[in-house]
Amino acid sequence: MHNNQIQHKIHFRENKEFHFREEIMEKVKQIISRYPEGKQKSALLPILHIAQEENCGHLSVDVMDYVAQLLGIQSIEVYEVATFYSQFYLEKQGKYVIELCKTASCAICGGEDILDFIKEKLNIQEGETTDDKLFTLKTVECLGGCGYAPVMQVNTEFYEFLDRQKIDSIIDELRSKANDEKAKASTWAEKFC
Amino acid sequence: MGRKILLDKIDIPGILGFDVYRNNGGYSAVEKALKTMSPDQVLDEVKKSGIRGRGGAGFPAGMKWSFLDRSTNNPRYLICNADESEPGTFKDRYLMEKLPHLLIEGLIVSSYALGANTCFIYIRGEFKYLVGILEKAIFEARKNGFIGKNILSSGYSLDIYVHPGAGAYICGEETALIESLEGKRGNPRIKPPFPASKGLYQCPTVVNNVETLASIGPIIIMGGEEYAKIGTGKSTGTKLISASGHINQPGVYEIEMGISVEDFIYLDEYCGGIRGSKKLKAIVAGGSSVPVLPENLVFKTAKNETRLMTYESLAEGGFESGTMLGSGGLIVYDEDACMVRNTWNFSRFYHHESCGQCSPCREGTGWMEKVLYRIEHGQGRIEDIDLLVNISKNIEGNTICPLGDAAAWPVASAIRHFREEFEFHVKHPEKIKNKDHGNIQKLFVP
Ligand SMILES: Cc1cc2nc3c(=O)[nH]c(=O)nc-3n(C[C@H](O)[C@H](O)[C@H](O)COP(=O)(O)O)c2cc1C
Ligand code: SF4
Ligand code: FES
Repeated sequence: MHNNQIQHKIHFRENKEFHFREEIMEKVKQIISRYPEGKQKSALLPILHIAQEENCGHLSVDVMDYVAQLLGIQSIEVYEVATFYSQFYLEKQGKYVIELCKTASCAICGGEDILDFIKEKLNIQEGETTDDKLFTLKTVECLGGCGYAPVMQVNTEFYEFLDRQKIDSIIDELRSKANDEKAKASTWAEKFC
Repeated sequence: MGRKILLDKIDIPGILGFDVYRNNGGYSAVEKALKTMSPDQVLDEVKKSGIRGRGGAGFPAGMKWSFLDRSTNNPRYLICNADESEPGTFKDRYLMEKLPHLLIEGLIVSSYALGANTCFIYIRGEFKYLVGILEKAIFEARKNGFIGKNILSSGYSLDIYVHPGAGAYICGEETALIESLEGKRGNPRIKPPFPASKGLYQCPTVVNNVETLASIGPIIIMGGEEYAKIGTGKSTGTKLISASGHINQPGVYEIEMGISVEDFIYLDEYCGGIRGSKKLKAIVAGGSSVPVLPENLVFKTAKNETRLMTYESLAEGGFESGTMLGSGGLIVYDEDACMVRNTWNFSRFYHHESCGQCSPCREGTGWMEKVLYRIEHGQGRIEDIDLLVNISKNIEGNTICPLGDAAAWPVASAIRHFREEFEFHVKHPEKIKNKDHGNIQKLFVP
């Protein structure tokens, strides 16, 4: 809801055919079956997570419409959910989404300096993505790791007790990992997703 | 050393796995309950234990369970609230990461007592790495006959599923959680009806915190009366405290309720004192939503009694001079911390997390954030301080869910106890330019 972070933009249509791969579809069906008959809408959050992962880390209108159809609900029911939760990204993100905690204990234990340092190092502001599409920098509210402050999450990985040195090595490591993967990837999608 | 009930097995190598957990007495609470007790007998033990909800509100679990509508044939649900997003709180994550089977065991016994055949663990989306740990534990328990159809030939059947959220603090509020679990936006519902009669899919539902439910196994093993002997007064048993901020040893500690706040902050066994041998300035005792306490009220109450880590003692003095145990998220501030900056930080949090349904909360949290921003950034006016108090009063009690109160209390209490510091910010903008301007006492000296 925060002014600077309003993400209520659903304008991003990719005009592409999206559907789950067969093995993912198995998993999706299994998730839907957890909920009672007629309540398959309950599976929306878990399935949006999977859809986002399968779509290079973001949800476009095409993908949301597909999920609506799959669950037999209106597209708007998916849009209103996707715009409510901060972990659903409605725009393309970098390969690594850095989410730095800016709340309470992290803020008082050096988190503010870490933010400045990451901005400087990546040469981007909050909410932006580096030119090479590797890193998106976000600040988020308490990640439930306050005792290990300052903390951040990169995709699903937690990093704790951050200082400048750690940031340096984390970013360098991710960068070289990404380059390795790129060198190995052969198809167009694998190279740029 | 205090007695440990939840974390006693945490150091056993391999305790994440079913076999090691089982060989160390694990799942004997399920055996005891399902083989020798009726659901009502389990409920009785929980009532006798006096355990209060560990999620923040401190409502007695046994009483909540007894409100569950048992008069209809509708299915009943147990939901484990693992949304843990209250700033300062990280105990549930610790428990799930280190002792997943303890939680699963608690869920089975609790579901049995409630007559629920389906149980959901609603876990915050950021804890995706825990989903695998929990699902593995569920898988193992199922393989060994503790989950599924006709558990231990008792005729009782249960399924447990992990359901991820997607980043929204408000989904920790129980009715918002239920909406979210139904695949909707996390907008809290107007109560009544309470979940006990109309919860998930309009069916009778109990929502409990991870720590509350993990405690049920040990309660059944030792018996409710025995459990109630630990602690003092209406604060029975042990409590996990997440300690963070300017202390030497941040982390999760299990305490017997009733130890003093001073011991908890200074003993080596726990927080080990303030970092860099600085002085204590303030604490937030139970997550960001509770009133902040200044140093002179941390170790002693206004009545000059020793302040204890219990629901009652922390609340002693009400909003004037007390606070709340809340979720047990203790944040410690040293003498160099800026209370205005911290209050602004909290307000920003609540504004960001407000679901936007009620005007006092949606608008009020936004105004508090803006006004605090300008005070902290040297653009405040002296009337702003009372304006903040006024906004907080207009939010408090006028909203659908308690997030409004949670946003108002930190602001009102910070101004009550640190008004001088707010005034200093307004009067001396040149002295607070640097964001590390914390120690106002030092700045007072010309
Ligand atoms: C804004 C808000 C956020 C909450 N967040 C949580 C949470 O993250 N975890 C939790 O267990 N309870 C949370 N609660 C409390 C729940 O509404 C509910 O009281 C609790 O899960 C009940 O469990 P307990 O009785 O075992 O404590 C929150 C309440 C509010 C108003
Ligand atoms: S108090 Fe705030 S969070 Fe709660 S329902 Fe109202 S607007 Fe939503
Ligand atoms: S305050 Fe940063 S993880 Fe909780």
